[in-house]
Amino acid sequence: MGIIRTENLTYVYGEGTPFRKVALDNINLDIDEGEIVGIIGRTGSGKSTLIQHFNGLLKPASGSVFIDGEELFKDKSRLKDIRFKVGLVFQYPEYQLFEETVYKDIAFGPRNMGLSEEEIDRRVRETARLVGLEESHMEKSPFELSGGQKRRAAIAGVMAMEPKVLILDEPTAGLDPRGRDMILGLIKEYHAEKGTTVLLVSHSMEDVARTVSKILVMNNSKVFMYSDRSSVFAKSAELTEMGLTVPQVTRVFDRLRAAGIEFDDEVFSVEYARNLVLRLLSERGRKE
Amino acid sequence: MIKDITIGQFFPGKSIVHRLDPRIKLLITVLYIVMLFVADGLAGLGVGVVFMLLAFLLSKIPFKLMLKSIKPLVPIILFTGILNLFFISSGTPVVEWHFIKITDQGIKTMIFMALRIILLICGTSLLTYTTSPITLTDAIERILSPLKIIKFPAHEIAMMMTIALRFIPTLIEETDKIMSAQKARGADMESGNVFHRAKALIPILIPLFVSAFRRAEELALAMECRCYHGGEGRTRLKQLKTAPRDYIAVAATVLFLAAVIALNRLLAS
Ligand SMILES: Nc1ncnc2c1ncn2[C@@H]1O[C@H](COP(=O)(O)OP(=O)(O)OP(=O)(O)O)[C@@H](O)[C@H]1O
Ligand SMILES: [Mg+2]
Repeated sequence: MGIIRTENLTYVYGEGTPFRKVALDNINLDIDEGEIVGIIGRTGSGKSTLIQHFNGLLKPASGSVFIDGEELFKDKSRLKDIRFKVGLVFQYPEYQLFEETVYKDIAFGPRNMGLSEEEIDRRVRETARLVGLEESHMEKSPFELSGGQKRRAAIAGVMAMEPKVLILDEPTAGLDPRGRDMILGLIKEYHAEKGTTVLLVSHSMEDVARTVSKILVMNNSKVFMYSDRSSVFAKSAELTEMGLTVPQVTRVFDRLRAAGIEFDDEVFSVEYARNLVLRLLSERGRKE
Repeated sequence: MIKDITIGQFFPGKSIVHRLDPRIKLLITVLYIVMLFVADGLAGLGVGVVFMLLAFLLSKIPFKLMLKSIKPLVPIILFTGILNLFFISSGTPVVEWHFIKITDQGIKTMIFMALRIILLICGTSLLTYTTSPITLTDAIERILSPLKIIKFPAHEIAMMMTIALRFIPTLIEETDKIMSAQKARGADMESGNVFHRAKALIPILIPLFVSAFRRAEELALAMECRCYHGGEGRTRLKQLKTAPRDYIAVAATVLFLAAVIALNRLLAS
């Protein structure tokens, strides 16, 4: 059994009002420990609603959620511990910063866990280094940082709790390409270093394709599919119908393959594509 | 949670009550309140009940919503009811036990008071349920606009109300989001003593204030970019126009009011 499992999970917003909306419809999922998963779907498909069930912020209308084998909402007093186990970074997390200094803000989560001062200090410094915040930033007010730095400080605040599962909701929303690469890079690095389960919500296929190994596609409050990258991208027609796209490079290389150029790998990122092209060219050069 | 607050919430619809001119609806609400306060017996309030039920049926608002709007005020209703029950000593006693004395007059007043409060809440909630806040402030501006002659800033006040109303749901949503985000970091807002809980509000209030100021600034900028410069010379997209149904509605309300007054006279003599 995986670290996150749901059984017939259904959630409804505004039950009993004219605004009633089924946001999750009978979701069955099983996500293994150590996986790095991309959750993708067009706007309003229920991604944010889904992830808020994983740490008990939302209570299922029906069905159940299991984290590490434990059913949520069985015992309400366990919810706080579950929230330390499943760290959730919200969309635009920089709007939740509130402490006087960056250091204190990152320490907020670990302090709530009741850790010792030395442990808190170790975690704050380690995650600050991981997200690329310099020592000189630590004593500044979080409101003095730049947008991208604020974002990284807020992500560090959740990472510092060292959760078994880290979930990030659109961590690259509203950032420029450099900021985006930086955030995605640090998520990959974090995953590699800690080996924790990571869930990354996004609606950019390009972002997801080069960061994760498995993809969960949401459509109309339902799970369309949960599989590895290549089998998801193989359904390019259905994805397009849902308003999603297969990454450009993947499409280019599918066409190349159709045109008779031979290579084994699936291509998801531009860097990878460049190396592949160079290799193919040099092989061809050798042959001639 | 916070989302369950329904006071002042608008429920879109196409019923005749929804379509009445908002100025007329305000006028009717005022007449209705007068009706409730003029009534000096249960019979008079009965007329109010009939009026309320009629308006309510016409509006097609689900009954559950009405109950929901009363719920937060149940303690106040109970409190006034109980006060009346125990502290009115005129009339014939029904129960007498030690120092407790309940009279028929007391019971009557209790029912009367409770009913009056419930009717007041229902009536005013019906107004806000069937009228969007923006239309309502529009109506208020129009009603107050004759006062512009004496330099009363009717437009500015209406604009302030519109903006404030517009941002209530936004701020509630924002509060919910920030609360979720801090809870995800282990913030505990539900346990501990008063002091502890007040302290637990800091991580919510600070981001909320920061974002409210940010929004205010952005809104001011956006309004200026679209050349907003106050009320002078502004024309409006939606002209308020009265239709025959508005006059019929007012006439019906006046009839009900007359009925209450007549009942008062009849029962008094
Ligand atoms: N607090 C809420 N109250 C009412 N309805 C909501 C609320 N939050 C979301 N919804 C509705 O539920 C549906 C799913 O929303 P959700 O936020 O989970 O989508 P999403 O996939 O995260 O979209 P996005 O990519 O825009 O973030 C949407 O139709 C939305 O309108
Ligand atoms: Mg979302």
